[in-house]
Amino acid sequence: MTQTLQLFLIISTALFSIGLLAALSRRHAIFILIGIELMLAAANLNFIAFWRFSPEPQQPTGVMVAIFSIAIAAAEAAVGLALVIAIYRHYRTTNVDQLNQLKG
Amino acid sequence: MSSWIVSNLWLIPAVPLTVSLVVLSLANPQRSIAVLLAIFGQVVALILAIVAFLPTLQTPGFRAVHNFTWFTFGDQALRIGWVLDPLAAAMMVMITLVGLCIFVFSVGYMAGDKNFTRFFAYLSFFSGAMLGVVIANSLLLLFVSWELVGLASYLLIGFWIERPSAAAAAKKAFITTRIGDLGFFLGMLWLYHSSGTLLFYDQGRGCLEEVGLLAIGASATFIALLIFCGAVGKSGQFPLHVWLPDAMEGPTPVSALIHAATMVAAGVFLVARVYPLFSLGAVNGVTPSLTVVVSVGVVTALMASLIALAQFDIKRILAYSTVSQLGLMMVSLGVGGVAAGIMHLIAHGFFKALLFLGAGSVIHGLHHEQDIRKMGGLRWIMPVTFLTYAIGMMNLSGVPFSFSGGWTKEEILHSTAHWSVSPLPHYLMLAGVVLTALYMTRQMIYVFFGSARNTDFQSVGPAEFHSAEAARTTENISGGRTGRGPMFHAHESPRVMTMPLIVLALSSILFVLVLTPAWPWLHAYLNGEPARVDFSLLIQPILLLSLTLVAAGIGLGWLIYRNAPDPLARALPGLFRFLEHKMWFDEIYEQTVIALSRVLSRLADWLDRYFWDGLVRLFAGLAQAFGVLSKGFDDHGINAGVDETTAGTRGFGRLIAAAHSGQIQAYLGAIAIGMLLLLVLYAWLG
Repeated sequence: MTQTLQLFLIISTALFSIGLLAALSRRHAIFILIGIELMLAAANLNFIAFWRFSPEPQQPTGVMVAIFSIAIAAAEAAVGLALVIAIYRHYRTTNVDQLNQLKG
Repeated sequence: MSSWIVSNLWLIPAVPLTVSLVVLSLANPQRSIAVLLAIFGQVVALILAIVAFLPTLQTPGFRAVHNFTWFTFGDQALRIGWVLDPLAAAMMVMITLVGLCIFVFSVGYMAGDKNFTRFFAYLSFFSGAMLGVVIANSLLLLFVSWELVGLASYLLIGFWIERPSAAAAAKKAFITTRIGDLGFFLGMLWLYHSSGTLLFYDQGRGCLEEVGLLAIGASATFIALLIFCGAVGKSGQFPLHVWLPDAMEGPTPVSALIHAATMVAAGVFLVARVYPLFSLGAVNGVTPSLTVVVSVGVVTALMASLIALAQFDIKRILAYSTVSQLGLMMVSLGVGGVAAGIMHLIAHGFFKALLFLGAGSVIHGLHHEQDIRKMGGLRWIMPVTFLTYAIGMMNLSGVPFSFSGGWTKEEILHSTAHWSVSPLPHYLMLAGVVLTALYMTRQMIYVFFGSARNTDFQSVGPAEFHSAEAARTTENISGGRTGRGPMFHAHESPRVMTMPLIVLALSSILFVLVLTPAWPWLHAYLNGEPARVDFSLLIQPILLLSLTLVAAGIGLGWLIYRNAPDPLARALPGLFRFLEHKMWFDEIYEQTVIALSRVLSRLADWLDRYFWDGLVRLFAGLAQAFGVLSKGFDDHGINAGVDETTAGTRGFGRLIAAAHSGQIQAYLGAIAIGMLLLLVLYAWLG
């Protein structure tokens, strides 16, 4: 199977869709976080793919962006998990259906 | 000195008026302060009046005026001022002297009244207003003071406001004199229109001087008659005399003041003051207006003397005697005897004040009993009152030689004898002399002679029971028929009340000195001539005539009334009833003038109620209908639209708010759908 940009984009889209589905359908906060991480991974994959098939693949621009993105994602995951723990301490639950305080 | 008093003549009325205001405005009115102030004001006015009197003695016919501009309107200036001449000076001295006696008397008479201080404030006001009438050199200023006199009389006649009869009498006095004042006012306007000035004397340009009289010309008759209307009202002349007897509702000192020094004197004074208007264009001393004055005077004098014969209220008899004497003065003025009329006015001021205060003393001594049928035998119980009253009675009856009233009446009879139109007034006035002597004798016998009477109380007339105190006295009497009646309580009045009586009695006798034909000083003084002494004039045939008439009147009275009760009532019951009811004047007015005004007021009421009110209601109805329409439009048009809009907004808001569930996943889903749609749109467009 030849390595083409379309293949990577299809994989990336599939990965994003799986992540979105997880974020929308799961009721547990940690699963939602995992779905978001999946969508981030799809975005990183896109960066790498567009860099690999760009006219100047010698410059390591795409890799640099992906590394930054992964670092931010790690920080984000840490903040997200901390929020989940704080929410759990406050509400004694992590079921997002019961967390409707944002209602206007 | 002379010029000072002329330019400051205003002080004479101003002092009592100021005193009146001060007494009224005292925060804590105290009796002694009020009395001292009022009497002080009167004494000051008396001293000033005497100071003003002195310069008029030096030159016969002295006249000094002080005029100034009150205000200007357009190119016209309204000027007022005061005048000092024998007429004003003599009146001022009389008013202040008699007023002072009345003030002192009131201290005793009103001692028990709860509105003691108010009474003295009003008295001062009354006296001040009358002094204003006397000094006025402008018909306008005279009119203003004249109305103040009217106001003061209203306040004082209705002084006992808790009695409905007093309030009614005050209203009657005010309204009746107002009818006359309307004529006075019109006359004043006419005078101003034709002469251009209301000043009496203004260096030849006043309305009573040559230039002014020339300008007035033929309209003088009408002006004079209109002004005479005011005098008729104020001086209680026929047909406006009805208020004067009712004015007896006021306290007796007020009656004395009204009948002697103020109010009724104002009318006679007014005619004397504007006499040149009456006599303008006189042929042989006769003008149409003067003839009217004589006729009114004659009718009034005779009518009032007749009515006085059949009255039982001690004050009412005196009231009718005043009406009759005022008629006499009017006759005197009308036939040309101005000086005689004013002399009688001044003498009358003294002896009528004396009589009224004597009556007040009797009433006070009998605990507010006014019915002469319940009096009698008082000559031993109240000797001072009896003697002074007798002097007053002889003055009024016109007993010659030692009583001033006799001499002045003589002068008047003398003037009427020479009237060129008709000898009738002269004879009628002679008859009046007999009648006056008759009714005064009747009163004297009823009050002071005989023994204490206990007559049937059922036949008491309507106006007799005035105060609660009188009613109480009556209860005492009727409760104890076996007792000695009201005389049991009778007592002589205190010194403060008898002293004024004595002063007035002596004044009325000493006054003779300047009245007799031997030295007719007052007559000459008023006419502005030097007086001469001539004892040969003392004995005149007409004197014997009047002496006979007075003697006849008194003797007849003694014969008729020696054995009371009233023989006239039994002999001529119809006539007596006619006179006792004051010739039914009140009833006639009730049926005619008052009935007419009542019909007119009903008509006006009907017009108001149905015509004007209907118009108003129509417009109100129209406005209301428009209001209903406008309300409907508002309710169903504008309001409904606004309501609909708000309801729609609210519903839409609720719909949108439902999407705002707070579920983070729902938001995320919406974002995803949005992104997908954008993607589809992009793909489709691109």
